[in-house]
Amino acid sequence: MSFSSSSSARLLGWALPLLVGLLFLGAWEWAVRAQGLPEFILPAPSRIGEALVTNAGSLFLSAWVTLKVTLAAFLLATVSGVGLAVLFSQSRVVETAFFPYAVILQVTPVVAIAPLILIWVGLDNVELALLILAWIVAFFPILSNSVLGLRSVDHNLRDLFRLYGASRWQTLTGLQLPAALPHILSGMKVSGGLALIGAVVAEFVAGSGASTGLAWRIIEAGNRLQIPKMFAALVLLSLLGIAIFFALSLLEYALLRRWHESAVKRES
Amino acid sequence: MTKAGLLQIEGAGKTYRGGTQALSGIDLEIGRGEFVSLVGPSGCGKSTLLRLMAGLLSPSAGTLSWAGGARPEAGFVFQDATLMPWADVFSNVHLPLKLKGISAEDARARIMAALSRVGLGEAAHAMPRALSGGMRMRVSITRALVMEPTVLFMDEPFAALDELTREKLDDDLLTLWNEQGWTVIFVTHSVYEAVYLSERVLIMNETGRLEADMPIEGGFPRGQAFRDSQLFFEQVKKVSAALRGRSAP
Repeated sequence: MSFSSSSSARLLGWALPLLVGLLFLGAWEWAVRAQGLPEFILPAPSRIGEALVTNAGSLFLSAWVTLKVTLAAFLLATVSGVGLAVLFSQSRVVETAFFPYAVILQVTPVVAIAPLILIWVGLDNVELALLILAWIVAFFPILSNSVLGLRSVDHNLRDLFRLYGASRWQTLTGLQLPAALPHILSGMKVSGGLALIGAVVAEFVAGSGASTGLAWRIIEAGNRLQIPKMFAALVLLSLLGIAIFFALSLLEYALLRRWHESAVKRES
Repeated sequence: MTKAGLLQIEGAGKTYRGGTQALSGIDLEIGRGEFVSLVGPSGCGKSTLLRLMAGLLSPSAGTLSWAGGARPEAGFVFQDATLMPWADVFSNVHLPLKLKGISAEDARARIMAALSRVGLGEAAHAMPRALSGGMRMRVSITRALVMEPTVLFMDEPFAALDELTREKLDDDLLTLWNEQGWTVIFVTHSVYEAVYLSERVLIMNETGRLEADMPIEGGFPRGQAFRDSQLFFEQVKKVSAALRGRSAP
């Protein structure tokens, strides 16, 4: 009984959005054909699929370039965000001194600082500039979530560690980091998406053809009025974003499923 | 009953930042191996006094001196079980030993024996969320006991449990205390629980002072017969009256 109801709920979870998507694509295809819309305004989904297949070589290569920058920026953001949060958790003075600068980094629009970063690293190092810019965008959610998590440790558990004479290191590794894990993972989920956005925005700004990621393919296709190819690149970007979100959701589930309320399934 | 002194408190007071005075003028002596309960209205400073004794807070006035200088090995049990939700029962009980550098392998026999003693031998690898409130509390107590402490601080440990579970855990606690001979300092809201468990009941008033120090009659081991006895009810009445600030009728 419970098996069949849970498996049908799971099936519905997949089937329902899929059905909505198919209906939407069908309506789109029909509207474009019925209205005879020109391809450079809105190509039909079938034309976008065709463009994806025809340009598979260059598009997937570009997707790989964008993915590389995104992943590198995300890893860097995770390591530096959690690392800095740990430092903040050890010293209120350090936190008070540095946190405002982390906020400044966050609130300054990446588009505005991109030209400066490009000048500093040089146009022959565009990938490094993209990495720095994507890191700036992805870094803050991990930092702020980690700081919150490291601070939200149960006071009684903290007292218990004190009572048993735990060292700072023991308290950090045995208590603060595990307690902060749900917050860190939730920051990572936000940052995963932001790293991709950062990589794309940075490439748009750099937009000289010196980089060959998906954003450049979009600019290039736009300039040549190859709108189906532009949409195909957009589809790949969305797929990358979805893949990153799913991978991080899976990581979250794997790490929290045994104990955290957010991941534990309740009997109904 | 006179027991050798373990803790001497003289003129202790605690004023929090912001000026709230939680305790003042506490003079108290706790004997080695005693079972002492602290009762009083909410907000009277019972938990503050307990934390002061455990060394989790420092006094703003007065002194606390332990026989032998430093506070001896201590266990602390909170109102909720305060388990690490990410660790299984075994790892939670292992915590105090781990913090002293004793590996899980070296501690395995000791932890399993302690868990079996409270009927949780089978649950060693269960996660805390899979346990009932009573079982979680047993894990918490086992964690406090696994270090074989000299003194055990308990802050309303059974307050959130149903009456039957609470009585069972009270009995288990008394059995363990009889066997092990720790000093227990027990904070509770319940006059019944305080009288049933203790050799002495300390009553605090709203101003954060000790109002009365009442010895409890009745030998150990105690059980249902003591709970049903006239002696028990008379002492409950006496403590309740003292708590309300008047003598028993």
